[in-house]
Amino acid sequence: MSAAAGHALELRGLSKRYGGFTAVDAVSLRVERGQFLTLLGPSGSGKTTILMAIAGFVAPSEGAVLLDRRDITALPPERRDFGMVFQGYALFPHMTVAENVAFPLRVRGMPRAERDAKVRAALDLVQLSRFADRRPSQLSGGQQQRVALARALVFDPALLLLDEPLSALDKKLRAELQEELKALHRRVGRTFVNVTHDQEEALSLSDRVAILNYGRLVQIGAPEVLYEQPRTRFVADFLGKSNFLHGTVREVRPDGMALQAGATRLVQAVEGAHPAPGTPALLSLRPEKIVLLAEDEGAENEVDGTIAAWAYLGAGYSLAVRTRDLGEIRVALPAWRAPITPREGLPVRLGWAADAAVPVLEDADAA
Amino acid sequence: MPRDAPALSAAGAAARTRHILPRDAGWYGLLLPAFLLMTVLYVAPILQVLAISVTEPVPGFGNYERLFTNAGVQRVIGTTLRICLITTAVALLLGYVLSYVITLATPRAQRWWLLAVLVPLWISVLVRAFAWVTLLRRQGLVNEGLQAVGLIEEPLRLVWNEFGIVIGMVHYMVPYAVLPMLAAMREIDPRLLAAARGLGASRFAVFSRVFLPLSAPGLVAAGVLVFIFSLGFYITPAILGGGKTLMAAEWIKLQILDLVRWGMGAMLATVLVVTILVTLAIFSRVVDLRRVFGGGH
Repeated sequence: MSAAAGHALELRGLSKRYGGFTAVDAVSLRVERGQFLTLLGPSGSGKTTILMAIAGFVAPSEGAVLLDRRDITALPPERRDFGMVFQGYALFPHMTVAENVAFPLRVRGMPRAERDAKVRAALDLVQLSRFADRRPSQLSGGQQQRVALARALVFDPALLLLDEPLSALDKKLRAELQEELKALHRRVGRTFVNVTHDQEEALSLSDRVAILNYGRLVQIGAPEVLYEQPRTRFVADFLGKSNFLHGTVREVRPDGMALQAGATRLVQAVEGAHPAPGTPALLSLRPEKIVLLAEDEGAENEVDGTIAAWAYLGAGYSLAVRTRDLGEIRVALPAWRAPITPREGLPVRLGWAADAAVPVLEDADAA
Repeated sequence: MPRDAPALSAAGAAARTRHILPRDAGWYGLLLPAFLLMTVLYVAPILQVLAISVTEPVPGFGNYERLFTNAGVQRVIGTTLRICLITTAVALLLGYVLSYVITLATPRAQRWWLLAVLVPLWISVLVRAFAWVTLLRRQGLVNEGLQAVGLIEEPLRLVWNEFGIVIGMVHYMVPYAVLPMLAAMREIDPRLLAAARGLGASRFAVFSRVFLPLSAPGLVAAGVLVFIFSLGFYITPAILGGGKTLMAAEWIKLQILDLVRWGMGAMLATVLVVTILVTLAIFSRVVDLRRVFGGGH
C-alpha cells in the first residue's frame, strides 16, 4: 500500500433519470489524487446514486465518469478496481475475516503466498489480525466496519468508495471510527469518496464536501468554506444551525452594505458581487457568532429582544430570543461564566459583528 | 413432509415462543386429540408392521436375510435408489435454476413464478401421471410431434420404463425442491452480490463463491426432502412404469396384496422407514451448518 497512489476522479454532467424522476441532475465535480471527498445531502438528494454510478452499479442517463481523464462510464463494476465499503458492510457471512479480506485477491487469481501476505498487512492496518479466523457474525459493529475497510483496501484500489460507512454504529463508536477513518486515509494516501447524510461526519472527515439537494450539486468546497461562506440558504441550514435574517438593501459601500428590517438597521460586510440598493437580501447568521451585550458594551449590530425559550445542553445554552423586526433568533451561549442565567421573558441585547453573518441566496434563486 | 421446509427457519422462533406460553397443563390438553390420532392411527400401525417383519411367516430375522440373498429384493432396492437419486439430481438442478430466477425477479414477477410453481401441487398425482402417459406414449404428442418434424422415424420409448418414471417423479418433485431453496436464497442479502462484483468478481465468481455457498443449506434441505419423498413413491411409478419397473412401494403392495407375503412386504417397509429416519438424522446435522455459516442471526 504505497502512499499517494490515489487517482483523480471526474464527473462530467452526470445525470440519472428513472422514468420521469430525475435522481441526479447534471452533476460535474472533480476529486483530486489522494483527496477525501464527501457527498453530503438529505435522503433523496441523489448522493447514493452518484456513488453507485462511480462504482458502476448505476448506468448514467447522461454524462461521463472519468478516472485520470480516461472515460470509464461503460466499464462494469468488477473491472473498475474500486474498493467499496457498503452500507451495512456486506461482509460474506460464510467466510472468515481473513477469507473476506482475501476475496478480492482470490477473484483476481493472486498466488496464495502473496495473497496471505497482503491479507495480513491489511488486517494489521485495521488492527484486526487477532480476529482473522472469526466469522463476521462474531464481531462487533465497529470491527465489522474495519473488516470491510481492510477488504476494500487490500487490492490497492484506484479509489475507495464508502456508502454511509458509519451510519450503523452508535454515536460514541461513530466518533471514534471517524478519527480512525481519517487517520487511515492519511496513512494509505488514497482517493476516498464518501457518502453520508451526517453533516458532522462530513465536516470532520473530508478535504472537500459536495452538498447535494434534489439531485443537484449545490456547493462544493472545503468544510470551513462551506460552513463560513454558504452560497445558499439550503447549505447554511443543512450544515450546522443558522438564523436567517430578511432585510432590504438601503446603502451599498465598497466594504459592505446597510440593510433595513422594519425599524432595525443592520450593517453587513460584503465580498464579491454587491447587491443593488432597494433589493431584498437574506443573511445567514450562526447562533454561536451572536453575543449577549452587557449594559456598557456595544457591537456593529445590536438588537433587543426577550428570551422566548431556552435549553441547557451541557457545554452551553441554546436560547430562542424573540425580536421585534427579525423574528426569533437562536443564540448559542457558552454555559461557562455565562453573563446571564436564562429564564423566559428575560430582556437581552444581542450583538454581532458586521462580518459575522453571510449574505446567502434563496434556494429558488440559486437554481 | 413438505411442511418441513418452512419449518427449518421457523424452528428457532418456535423454540423461543415455547417459553412465552403459560406452563399450564390445560394448553397441552388441546394437543391430546392430535396426539392420540398420531399414536393410535399412525405410530401404532407402523410398530405393528415392524413387528410383522420379524414374526411372519416364522419368528426371526429370516425376512431380513433375504436382503442379502434374494436377487429380486436387491434389484428392487437398486432400482428404487437409482431412480430416486436421478430424480433428486434432476429435480434439484431444475429447482435450483427456477429458484435462482425467482429470487432475482421483480416482486411482481415473483408472485407469478411462485403461482406457476405451486399450481401443479394442487392437481391430483393420478391425473398428472395419466397426463404424462398420453404425452409420452408411442402415439403421444411428443412422439408424433418429433416424427412430424422428421427428427425421428420410429417412436421413442418414453414411457413404461425408468425414463418415464423419472419424468413423472421429477415433475412432481420440482415444487418441493423449489420451496426450501427459494427460502434459503431469499435470505441472501442482495448487497453481498453487489459487494462481490464491486470487489472485482466476475458474474460467474459471484455465483460460485458467494451465491452458491450461501444457498447450499437450502440445496441440501431440498435434496433430502426430495430424496425421502421419492423413496415412497407409489402411484407415479406404478402408472408410468407400466408394471415393468418395480420400485419399493409397488413391490411392497405386490407382496402384501397379491402374493400375501406379509413378512416380506413388512420387511421392506421397515427398511424404507429406517432409511428415511437415517437420512433425516444426517439431514438435521447438516442443517445445523446454517448456524456455522452465520445464516441464523
